[in-house]
Amino acid sequence: MKIDCKHVWDHISAYIDGDVDQALRAEIDRHLEHCEICSAVMDSTRNVVVLMADERVFEIPAGFSQRLHDRLESVLKE
Amino acid sequence: MTSTTISEAQRNADPAALIARILNGEKHLFHDLIRPVERAVFVMLFMLLRSEVDAEDASQEAFIKVYRNLHNFRGDSKFSTWVISIARNEGLGWLRKRASRPEEPIQSILDQDGEASSGDFTPALLTDWREVPLEALERKELGQYLCRAVLKLPAIYREVVQLRDIDDLDIAETAQILGITPGSVKVRLHRARIMLQKELVPLLEQYAPKKRGLFGRRV
Repeated sequence: MKIDCKHVWDHISAYIDGDVDQALRAEIDRHLEHCEICSAVMDSTRNVVVLMADERVFEIPAGFSQRLHDRLESVLKE
Repeated sequence: MTSTTISEAQRNADPAALIARILNGEKHLFHDLIRPVERAVFVMLFMLLRSEVDAEDASQEAFIKVYRNLHNFRGDSKFSTWVISIARNEGLGWLRKRASRPEEPIQSILDQDGEASSGDFTPALLTDWREVPLEALERKELGQYLCRAVLKLPAIYREVVQLRDIDDLDIAETAQILGITPGSVKVRLHRARIMLQKELVPLLEQYAPKKRGLFGRRV
């Protein structure tokens, strides 16, 4: 079975999560070896996913935790 | 960034054991119980409410509800999953309240039919990609681009990105919190990631390290 670019794009997310079966993974890998567009699409999508997971992207406001625990302390004393 | 220092003992503490002690009167342990989920709760509410101030207030209310309902936690899901579900309900309640204010209309915020929406789920096509390393996040505006891109996603996609890619929950936990099937989680996550790739690729390229000479390694 030979797969085309569109087919690869349909599985980008599952591929990144390791959620494709062995046969499909092998097909995609073969496709990626010779298709520089799909290869760049896969790499860039994975890159976005990795960056997004970094704690610096969504910062908690300074003092958030302190204010939360102060408020909770007053509730715990009720 | 607020530093929530968690000792190794606290991190490994079994939530069930802590909860039992809290319910038996050691109320102060509630602080330790929730520290590991503070961030996830804030981010969940920030994603829903898109306002830091509201997200902080709603986080406090959510944790108070967690405390008052602690005796209802049955342990059939992870404690963190249960807490995030409570936070989500709190956030949805805030959205409903907001919706009743005419100056802030919310358009079917969690469009339940969003899955059928005819979005464009084709990735940005390019022929070369040089990896943007995590160190690039030292530049504040990069994080802001990423943050803004997620906030721009329709709510149903924003939520899966948050739970899966930001909070690192698994598919089953994500499905449980959102009340949808694991299959729907995967579909939404796929679409969300493609939309983010499309939005961010043109912006991210400038953060990639410069190629090294003629044979610059493409990573």
